[in-house]
Amino acid sequence: MANAFRASLESGAFTVTAEVGPPRGADPGAIARKLSVLGDWVTAVNVTDNQSAVVRMSSWAGSLLAHAAGATPIMQLTCRDRNRIALQSDLLGAAALGLPNVLVMTGDHPKFGDHPDAKPVFDLDSVQVLWMARSMRDHKRLLSGKPLSTPPDWFLGAVENPFAPPTAFRAARLAKKVAAGAQFVQTQYVFDVLAFRRWLAQVADLGVLERCHILAGVGPILSPRALDHLQHRVAGVFVPADVARRLLGVPAAEFTAAGLRLCAETIAELSELPGLSGVHVMSPGNEHRVPEILELAGLGPARPAKAETGAIRAR
Amino acid sequence: MSTESDAGSRPVSLAAAVGPAAPAGPQPVSPKVSPRSMYRVHHLLEPNAGYRRLAGWLERRPVLSRLFTGAERRVKKELFGCRMCGQCALPVTGYACPMTCPKQLRNGPCGGVGADGSCEVYPDSRCVWLVAFERAESEGRTADLTLLQRPIDQRRWESSSWVSYWQGRDEDLVIRAVE
Repeated sequence: MANAFRASLESGAFTVTAEVGPPRGADPGAIARKLSVLGDWVTAVNVTDNQSAVVRMSSWAGSLLAHAAGATPIMQLTCRDRNRIALQSDLLGAAALGLPNVLVMTGDHPKFGDHPDAKPVFDLDSVQVLWMARSMRDHKRLLSGKPLSTPPDWFLGAVENPFAPPTAFRAARLAKKVAAGAQFVQTQYVFDVLAFRRWLAQVADLGVLERCHILAGVGPILSPRALDHLQHRVAGVFVPADVARRLLGVPAAEFTAAGLRLCAETIAELSELPGLSGVHVMSPGNEHRVPEILELAGLGPARPAKAETGAIRAR
Repeated sequence: MSTESDAGSRPVSLAAAVGPAAPAGPQPVSPKVSPRSMYRVHHLLEPNAGYRRLAGWLERRPVLSRLFTGAERRVKKELFGCRMCGQCALPVTGYACPMTCPKQLRNGPCGGVGADGSCEVYPDSRCVWLVAFERAESEGRTADLTLLQRPIDQRRWESSSWVSYWQGRDEDLVIRAVE
């Protein structure tokens, strides 16, 4: 089965992905509705795995629905809710369902979610899962050493936060994930392009760029409340003071427009960085803004042949 | 990585109803001893024929074994907040215990470390991996942190990691190159 996401990265095209959170409920149409506003502007969509430790439809089911709606899903898989048996089983299931793109992450602690009374699993960490998945694919072996009948064909991803302490260790930590098996990486929100460039240079020095595609995480801040939320309530997100000042400096009625512009400028700046493979746009609850931001940033739709329909559907 | 706020419709949990719960699960612990002294002590504990014999001898004697394991627990709990996973990572983590990380990460910090170095789950504590990095860096040992740590054997909780170490059971716990 053709994997548009992998093909785009391997072609060297600047690749755009977006985030789609499954619904809190069993509505099978919710994913398709979110996808329809994205149109053809993105190459692939991340389907989140109970993001923020809040219960949602499972990421494999959401990915399957996204796939059925014509999108290329990237299935997120966290270590929070599964031991090594469930992780391997879900990975095999994803491969069998035609969902080769898997993004492995540790996952938010249950303390932050809607079930703080839940038992956190964390049997393996994300590096160990990447390593395990790679061995399953390349050596046809389960973690136990038992052979696999049909080996899966995963395209494995990881996440990294270039801005969180110890910043001097973050590039090496990514190199470790790549050594374990990561073929692409999506980062935490980038609001400080200069710091991101420094990290990217360190990553390049470690020889990671030859073996792994890097997509910078971006997203618009559309209201003073969203700014406050990102600054104070989301662990690991760093909004520099000058960015906050710029947004708070405009009249309240223009905040949203300024937020969209800022995000577009960040994307435009990032797209000039040599060695960067693309951007991952996170705009939860505001997916309909994504085409607008990409257009402002000067990026065309991901599939130019269908650009018109995509653009029209987006509006 | 979410910006979605679910607080408004969050069901009230028992913990919220009765006030802050007692900490459940691991909490980051900063070691009480310098990394330099620990690297020195480590040399004294390195496996040799004598230790191997001692370990084998202990394992055949349940009562002594229990006493020995209890002594190990007391020492390591006091110094590192040891939780007795039985597969000690301390020599390659700057002697800061990764099993005190609330996510029990064996291969480095998560992405939620605060700008001030605080743990995202327990903001009053420093991230144990940040502590590990600083301790390893001070001794020129940051390369240790790039080693791949295999998944632990969950059956070995409460067993003596010293005995296992002397018996050579931890030899593939950490690997330098991915096969």
